[in-house]
Amino acid sequence: MNNVLSNKKIIALYITPALFLILALIYVPILQTGYYGLMKWNGIGEMSFIGLKNYTVLMKDPLFWKSALHSFLLALFSALSLSGYLFISIILAGKIKGADLLRKIYLIPMLLASVAIAQLWMKIYHPSNGMLNTVLMAIGIEDPPAWLADANLALYAIIIPIIWQYAGFYILIYYAALKNIPESLVEAARIDGASSWQIALKIKIPLVMNVIKVTIVLAVVGSLKYFDLIYVMTGGGPNGASEVMASYMYQKAFKGFDFGYASAIGFFLLVICLVVTYIIRRLTAANKDIY
Amino acid sequence: MLKKAHSFLLIAVLLAAAVLTACSGSTDMASGENGSKKTIKFMHLWPAGSSKQQNQIVTDIIEQYEAEHDDVKIEVEVLENEQYKNKIKVLSSSNELPDVGFTWAAGYMTPFVKGNLFAELDDVLNDGLKDSFVSGTTEAYALEGKTYGLPLELNIAPIYYNKEIFEKYNLDIPQTYREFENAVKTLADNGVAPIALGNKDRWTGSLWYMYLADRIGGAEVLNKAIDRSGSFEDPALVSAAEEVQNLVKMNAFNKGYNGLSNDEGKAEFLNGNAAMYLMGTWELPNFTTNEEIPQEFRENVGFFKFPTVEGGKGNIDSWVGGPGVGLFVAENSKVKDESKEFVKFFVEKWGEQSVEKAGVIPATKVDTGKVDLPDLYIDVLNELNKASSLTLFADVQMSAAVAETHLNLIQSLFGNEVKPADYAKQHEEALKAEEGN
Repeated sequence: MNNVLSNKKIIALYITPALFLILALIYVPILQTGYYGLMKWNGIGEMSFIGLKNYTVLMKDPLFWKSALHSFLLALFSALSLSGYLFISIILAGKIKGADLLRKIYLIPMLLASVAIAQLWMKIYHPSNGMLNTVLMAIGIEDPPAWLADANLALYAIIIPIIWQYAGFYILIYYAALKNIPESLVEAARIDGASSWQIALKIKIPLVMNVIKVTIVLAVVGSLKYFDLIYVMTGGGPNGASEVMASYMYQKAFKGFDFGYASAIGFFLLVICLVVTYIIRRLTAANKDIY
Repeated sequence: MLKKAHSFLLIAVLLAAAVLTACSGSTDMASGENGSKKTIKFMHLWPAGSSKQQNQIVTDIIEQYEAEHDDVKIEVEVLENEQYKNKIKVLSSSNELPDVGFTWAAGYMTPFVKGNLFAELDDVLNDGLKDSFVSGTTEAYALEGKTYGLPLELNIAPIYYNKEIFEKYNLDIPQTYREFENAVKTLADNGVAPIALGNKDRWTGSLWYMYLADRIGGAEVLNKAIDRSGSFEDPALVSAAEEVQNLVKMNAFNKGYNGLSNDEGKAEFLNGNAAMYLMGTWELPNFTTNEEIPQEFRENVGFFKFPTVEGGKGNIDSWVGGPGVGLFVAENSKVKDESKEFVKFFVEKWGEQSVEKAGVIPATKVDTGKVDLPDLYIDVLNELNKASSLTLFADVQMSAAVAETHLNLIQSLFGNEVKPADYAKQHEEALKAEEGN
C-alpha cells in the first residue's frame, strides 16, 4: 500500500476522476457564469455580447446594494451569534449534568430540512393565529406586529430562525474542540487558583482559537450566500425588505428572465465571498496562518 | 498485496466512470423513435397529490390516446407549478423542451416564441378546432398573428363572499363601490376581516388594482398603458392606486396580508374569519364539490361582480381574467406531427370532461344544458356568456421584467410604502425602458 501511494504517477491516475469532477461541476460552471455575465441573455434565445454592461448596471443598482446590505447584516448577526454558541459549548463541555442530552437537543434543528424549518416558523409568525402573536396578545399587547409582512421587521424575523437553524452545527464543532483540550491543563490552572471564568477566557478560548477562526469564515461566507429560508418564508418581500444577494439573483434569473444579469450577480457574489474570506483571514491571522 | 490494492482501486475508478457515462447517456433516448413505437414526451403541472382530478383526466386522456394509437407512447413527467416553471426555463436554455408541455399566455410565452422554441399551431386550429374556443382565448396565445399555444382553462375573477357573515351584519350584495366601502366599514367595525388577501404572492393584490383601474378608467386604460398606446400615468390608473390605499386605511384586508401566501390568505376566508375573497374561478371546486371543505361552508359561499365606481367608465360585466395554462408543441420535436395530433385530441377531450370532472372551466365552449353542474358553476358560466370584455391578468400581459416591477410595486402600494403618483411613475419608467430594447 505504501508503495502504491509513493508512486506519483499512480497518485495522479487515481485523483484524475475526482479532479475531473471538481473541474466539471465547480470550476467550469464558475467560468461559465463569468462568461454569461458578459452577455445579454434571457435564458432562452440567442445571447449577445455586451461586455461589462451588466456589471456597470449592477454597480449602480440600488436594489442589489439593498440586498447586499441585508446579506451583510445577516453575516454580522451570524458572526455575533457565534459567541453565544461558544458560551453554551463551554458550559456543555464542563461537567454539567445532562450535557449529552442538551447537546442532542441543540442539534435537532440541524437535522430538519430548511423548508420544514421555514414552514414551522411561518406558523409561529402567523399574524393572527401564530404562536408568537397569540402569546403576545395573551400578555396584553393589543396589536402585535405582522412579523413577515412588516417591511421593517421581516429581515430580522427571518434572521432569528436562521441563527436557530445553525446553532447545533456550531455548538457541535465547539464542543468537540473544547473536549480536545487536555484535562491536565485545566486541572493545573485550577490548582493555581484560577476561577472558572478565568479558565474559560485565558485557557480554553485561546486553545480553540483556530476553530473559532474557521467558524467565523464559515458563518460569514455561509450568510453572504444564504437563500433557503428567505425564499420559502417571504420570497424576499415585502417589496425587497428581506431580499438578500442570492435571492435577488434568483429573482432576476427565474422571474425576470435576465440570466445575463443574474450571472453577473452570481459572479460578483463569488468575488465578494473571496474578498471577505481574505479580509477575515488577514484580520484573524495571529502568529501562524491556519489554512 | 500491492497488486490486489491496485486492482481494487482500479475497479472502483472504472465503476465510477461507468456510472457517470450511464448518467449522461440515458437522456439520449428520451424522445423520438424508440423501436417501432414513437415516444411523445409530455410534461404537465398537475401532480396527483395537489390536483387529483386534473391529474386523473390527463391520465385518462393519455390512456385513451395510446389505446387509439398503437404506435405512440406518451411519456409523462409531472411537476408542481413553480418547479414546472423553473424546469421549463432550464430545459429551454439547453433546447431540450418536452415535445408537448404547458405554457402561459402573452408575456410568459413571448421569449419562448422569439427563441424559436414553440411550434406554430395555426394548422391545428384551422383543422376545425377554432370554432370550439371561446373567442378571445386563443388570441392571448398569439404573437404577430400566429398562434403558439392552445389554452385549456378560462378563468374570470369574481368576489366570493360568505353569506352567513353578510346576513349577520345585514349586508346586501354591493352594486356600487360606495356600497362596497360601507360593507367593508361595517365588517371592520365589527372585528371581522372584510377581505381575505395573501399578498406575498403579489398577483393577488394585482387583481384588486386591476379591477379598480377597470371600473374607474374603463376596460382599455390598463391594456393601453401596457401596450404603450397609452400611459401608466393616466389619472384613472393613479386614482385606482389611491383607492387601493384607501381600502388599506379602512383595514379592509386581513392582518399581515403582505406576508401571507395566497393559500394562507384563502385560509382566512375558508375559516370564516374573512367575509370576501377576490379570486379566479379555479377556486370554484373548493366552494362546491371539494369534500375536504365542510359542506356547511360550501353552501354559504356566493359570488358577486366587482361593483361599479360612481362616475367611472367601467362596465360591471367587464372581467379580469383570461385563459390559464395552454399546451405548446416544441419546435425541435422529432415527433412534431404526432405531438400536434395529440394536442388536438387533448384539447377536445379536455373540453368535454374538465368542467364536470375537475371543475375547471375549459377555454373551449361548454354547453350548459348538457353538463350536470352545481348552481355556482352555472351562474359563473352564464356570467361568462354575458361578459362585455376580458382583461388579461396584468402580470401575464407584461414582459417578465416589467411584471416583476409591477408585482413589487403592488406589494409596496398595499404596504403604504409608495405614493400612488410614484407608483404610476415607476411603472411608466419600467415600461419605457422595455420599449427601448
